[in-house]
Amino acid sequence: MDDLLAIGGQKIASRLFLGTGKFSANRFIPLTVEASGAQVVTVALRRVDFDHAEEDVASFVPPTCILMPNTSGARNAGEAVRLARIARAAGCGNWVKIEVIDDQKYLLPDNYETLKATEVLAAEGFVVLPYFSPDLTVARRLEKAGAAAVMPLGSPIGSNRGLRTEELLRILIAEIKVPVIVDAGIGRPSEAAYAMEMGAAAVLVNTAIATAQDPPAMARAFGQAVAAGRTAYLAGLPETSDLARASSPLTGFLYE
Amino acid sequence: MQVTVNGKTEEIPAGISVAEYLDRREVGRDSLVVELNGTVLTRPEWPARILNTGDRLEVVRFVQGG
Repeated sequence: MDDLLAIGGQKIASRLFLGTGKFSANRFIPLTVEASGAQVVTVALRRVDFDHAEEDVASFVPPTCILMPNTSGARNAGEAVRLARIARAAGCGNWVKIEVIDDQKYLLPDNYETLKATEVLAAEGFVVLPYFSPDLTVARRLEKAGAAAVMPLGSPIGSNRGLRTEELLRILIAEIKVPVIVDAGIGRPSEAAYAMEMGAAAVLVNTAIATAQDPPAMARAFGQAVAAGRTAYLAGLPETSDLARASSPLTGFLYE
Repeated sequence: MQVTVNGKTEEIPAGISVAEYLDRREVGRDSLVVELNGTVLTRPEWPARILNTGDRLEVVRFVQGG
């Protein structure tokens, strides 16, 4: 059975999306992407530093991947829209991760500005994946505005604290029709598996892989965990119970 | 002639194009995106677009990011 994730007219087999931030060197990126199995990979846009030789990170992402530029650095909708247009002009497709942040302590997204940017960019034909704080009303508005998927955070960016927003994520997964992709905060493969068991359509992982001692090995572990969690979700998890329910027959004991 | 490139004011010779400017700065063109006065310039526009006094040029590229 093919279990493909449909976003923006693409059919994606891997439900692990990979971020390229924080790698100690770009040369680790292709190995890690390959080990993860990821088909959607994020990059950022920054000003060229004319005084220092720089590499183009996009050239380290396998050409078979969908490149998803983010709008990091944007403090409002206008800046996010501008970054998205610049990214599209680079000729690497029309996917964009909207990221609007004006809080430097927790790096929590500005949901209001994120919604405004989503409205503009979806209308311009972008495949828009907004990163936001999980909130049902906002998610419904993002969906209505034309978001191709919604990407609620599990915990603050780079914190590795896992699914602290679990109850809100569950509500979004239950209510939102476009794919719900848990982005930010996932610190270990078991948390990625848990998100997938909950019914998340995919997860986006960066810090936990890029800053591991062995990024390709950690990427492989995440890929396996995401696949296992997805399979478990599709298999249908059983109910839990406060009391024990015997696994062996409760009749025919030898002392009867 | 003064222009602003990536937020810094610079003195450049009059009459040079965006493409010539990038060559002078010895930056590999392959992966760049250029925005002039808030509007993205397509690659074919670079040789034809002559810089004017007060122009604001942004030269960006993809970097690592999550």
